[in-house]
Amino acid sequence: MSKITINIDGKEIQTQEGEYILNAARANDIFIPAICYLTRCSPTLACRLCLVEADGKQVYACNAKSKEGMSVVTSTQSIVKERRAIMEVYDVNHPLECGVCDQSGECELQNYTLEMGVDAQHYAVKDVDRSDVDWGHIHYNPGLCIVCERCVTTCKDMIGDNALKTVPRGADALEAEYKESMPKDAYAMWNKLNKSLIGLTSGEEMLDCTSCGECAAVCPVGALVDTHFIYKSNAWELKQIPATCGHCSAGCQISYDVKHTSIDNTEEKIYRVMNEWNYVSLCGAGRYGFDYQNEVKSKDAAAFTKAIEVFKKADTIKFTSTITNEEAYLLQKLKEKFGYRLVNNEAKAFQTFLNDYSEISGTKLYGYDLEATHNANFVISVGTAIKSDNPNARYALNNSMTVNKGAGIYFHPVKDPVIEGLGKSIMTMYHAPLQEEVVLYLILDLFGDKEKLPSEVVEYLASFHSKKTITVEEIIKEEITEIVKVMKKNEESGEEEEVEEEKKKMVPKKISKEVEVDDNRLLDILGADDNFMEALEKNLAKKDTFALIAGADLYTHPNSKNLARLLALIEKYSAFEITMIPTLTNSLGVALICELDEEEGSMRIGYNTKGDFTLSALGDGDLDMPAINQQEGTLTSINKRVNPTNAAIGYGGYELNDIANALGLKAELVINYTPMLPTDKGFKAKMFDDLPNHYDNDGTEHRGYVLDNVAVKVSGDESIAAFSEIKLEGTLIYMANPVRQFTDFTNKATNLDEVSGVYMSEEFLSKSDLKEGDSVRVKSDNGELVANIVSDNKISGDIILMPTFDSKINSGALFSSYRFATASIEKV
Amino acid sequence: MHNEQIQEHFNNRNVTEADSNYFMVDIAPYPTDGWGKFKRVVKRSFRGELFVGLWVVLREMIRFNIHTVKYPEEKMPIGPRYRAVHEMKRLWESDTERCIGCGLCEKICISNCIRIDTKLDEDSRKEVTEYSINLGRCIFCGYCAEVCPELAITHGGEYENASDQREQFLIFQDMLTPLEKMKAGTQKEFEGFGAITPHEDERVKKTPLAY
Repeated sequence: MSKITINIDGKEIQTQEGEYILNAARANDIFIPAICYLTRCSPTLACRLCLVEADGKQVYACNAKSKEGMSVVTSTQSIVKERRAIMEVYDVNHPLECGVCDQSGECELQNYTLEMGVDAQHYAVKDVDRSDVDWGHIHYNPGLCIVCERCVTTCKDMIGDNALKTVPRGADALEAEYKESMPKDAYAMWNKLNKSLIGLTSGEEMLDCTSCGECAAVCPVGALVDTHFIYKSNAWELKQIPATCGHCSAGCQISYDVKHTSIDNTEEKIYRVMNEWNYVSLCGAGRYGFDYQNEVKSKDAAAFTKAIEVFKKADTIKFTSTITNEEAYLLQKLKEKFGYRLVNNEAKAFQTFLNDYSEISGTKLYGYDLEATHNANFVISVGTAIKSDNPNARYALNNSMTVNKGAGIYFHPVKDPVIEGLGKSIMTMYHAPLQEEVVLYLILDLFGDKEKLPSEVVEYLASFHSKKTITVEEIIKEEITEIVKVMKKNEESGEEEEVEEEKKKMVPKKISKEVEVDDNRLLDILGADDNFMEALEKNLAKKDTFALIAGADLYTHPNSKNLARLLALIEKYSAFEITMIPTLTNSLGVALICELDEEEGSMRIGYNTKGDFTLSALGDGDLDMPAINQQEGTLTSINKRVNPTNAAIGYGGYELNDIANALGLKAELVINYTPMLPTDKGFKAKMFDDLPNHYDNDGTEHRGYVLDNVAVKVSGDESIAAFSEIKLEGTLIYMANPVRQFTDFTNKATNLDEVSGVYMSEEFLSKSDLKEGDSVRVKSDNGELVANIVSDNKISGDIILMPTFDSKINSGALFSSYRFATASIEKV
Repeated sequence: MHNEQIQEHFNNRNVTEADSNYFMVDIAPYPTDGWGKFKRVVKRSFRGELFVGLWVVLREMIRFNIHTVKYPEEKMPIGPRYRAVHEMKRLWESDTERCIGCGLCEKICISNCIRIDTKLDEDSRKEVTEYSINLGRCIFCGYCAEVCPELAITHGGEYENASDQREQFLIFQDMLTPLEKMKAGTQKEFEGFGAITPHEDERVKKTPLAY
């Protein structure tokens, strides 16, 4: 792709070769009306408003690609006529309910109706019954729907649930005379519109998807609304607080929409979460899990005094990664001053992994981000339950499948119908736990540049290959000649008579052939299908950009050091662009800022985790702390960005900075520490108030800043250890959450209704004598617990999920550190 | 008088001109010295002017021919466009409240005295759960009545706002036309800003319907 110059309305602009005209125009602040097009998704061609004239020909700007020297006119007399007719059509039978519509003026139908100057209606068609329906967390009002299909497009191209589709409307046909009298495109668009509405792909009555709510966010009218928000507030009453989502490491841009609670209660309340949906897509936790604040009205001086006393005696601070960079830095300063041990196992594992990785890669951090995955056309995911660990990584994976016509491989022990639903081009390989190492060897074997790889690695990989002879059955086309009898008119006599004729025809024929093929034992160890290589070859055709997403299973793997080195080798000697998913919200920030210890001392302070004295933003500790939505600060995301977040609602109690001040550190606000974050780890000396939080029209992200990927000295030792073939077998449990749940904070949110328990697939339950709601005892080598069974149709297979989002069920006690373990299940 | 004449009449501000319609009030010169002031006090005190006034009062009292309005028993009729305390109107057809909870009054209120809470009701319609106007803040500008798309909130004729506290809130039920009044058919439409103008029907462009 190269830079080209095109001319839009007399303005010379620079763009990429092959970029859609609409995107090129938007990036350069040229307005072309369009309703159905979503940036980052494929063109839908439903609204036809983006008609432009390119080199004298009418084209749709959303799917016409720019060519060097192209001259585009965005508005001609005939285009104006089309657009006006299109907007009139959209207004046909649209109820005049603007007064009660939840879109409350933020309506693209309203805007474009006014923009096109529609002041009279010329068209009519008989309406059909379009009563509203409740789809669970989404409410659909077909009466308001203009069938732009943005919801369908985002669900397919971005989210990957394919939960929505167009369904027949059952309306009368349009009057024939319109075909003559109406502008051509307007008629075609109306003809299609009049035949469709939005419905559920499943055919069920309720939505069964991963409940992200992105469909409601992109809806240009008030047809799709979050059920929790219906008729709660007009948009103009809400104040937008720009922030960063604090639930996982994706660090999505969000805005908290706040307003007074009610007439009687003037305290501010979060009504909904909005996002820049053209550039960032949220998951259900980000969109619906917003009311996890710690409601504290006043300062509890007694508890604070006690906390200070405890801080003087304690030797350990245990904390989770749901913490801002500034507070992590505060903890590090306290460690330097008072010698506390800082304990955070999950961040420690990630830190160690990163350090091991940098020994070969020579950089402090992994090289790429999710943007690389969005742009790639071959993606591998390894060691992560991607849909629940980091939903944005899953969207990136799906986006690359759909929009870039990409393919990929998903390596994970837990069977996942959601990933399988992303399409045929994603291959799934459900290997046994502990075999992540084999997977990385396989990737290195399949994609590594054997000429540059260290020779011992090449030799080691070659040791798995052998030649074997197999018999393949092939179907070939063979030409045969047969004699057929046909009736023919005898030209002389004029009578019909039977004549024998020779006819050649091709018939398929099955033959078996002996061929010598390469046998890769790595594939056998992983339990791959026989036709894996064949399928892979097909999927690899025309692929030129490769991305790899690695997840937390690798960081806690017993051989994590070797895995880290393997990843570094893959990055160095193959075309793969590697992104690692930090385990929790700010694991990356904590791993960079804090020196973490492994051993706990005798007197432990817990911050958002149980300790001898507990500081908690969940409201269940000895001293209250503010939750992320009540704090100012920065969070480090998977994209290696330091994103600013703001306090959406008030908090009246003490915060960590007050304790630090009482202990002798001096900072009026915790954000005074933002410019002090360690620059040798890649942070920048920037003031919090100078950090931007927005996107440009062309999608350029201006949020905080990107960490410098600091160079690290390498020893040159690129040796890796051989893998062991040990794998976990038997009844397996896996430490992972259901989609939309991450921590106790998401569990606290009222709109996230997942129940905690032992998550089993429907498939597994139907095979066993257990059923949903049964109480079971789960016992592993490390511990045991009793909890209720939850049936989950978002997983399949036999592995049981032990969620961590509810600390009442102490799932962590069952595992040593690796996310998988063997366990026994018995009914109680 | 014709407009031009009136204009001319009022534009002529030259008081010194003979035909200017202005005349000087006959005021005796003010006393300047102490003695003069003393004489004026004595004159005013003993001339009995007080009793002239008292006599007028007494005379009118025994005549029982009073021209003043006997407030609060009697009240002046209020003009239909007068902007006093708000009312919430009901629909003539069904007696249900006209308010749809759009919140435009809340938005337009320049003294920020209207607040409205809404929710989804059982019939999946928007329902106003609470509505309040802070009369201590209201400046009776009439914007709420003007902006209301349903002619629901209007001003009424109730102007007696005396209260023992500065803040007095109106709630939805207080403002709503009582049902008895609807049954009797005595709900009055507001004619001030926001009301429908007389020839509205003629100005509307009709939307074609395919039924």
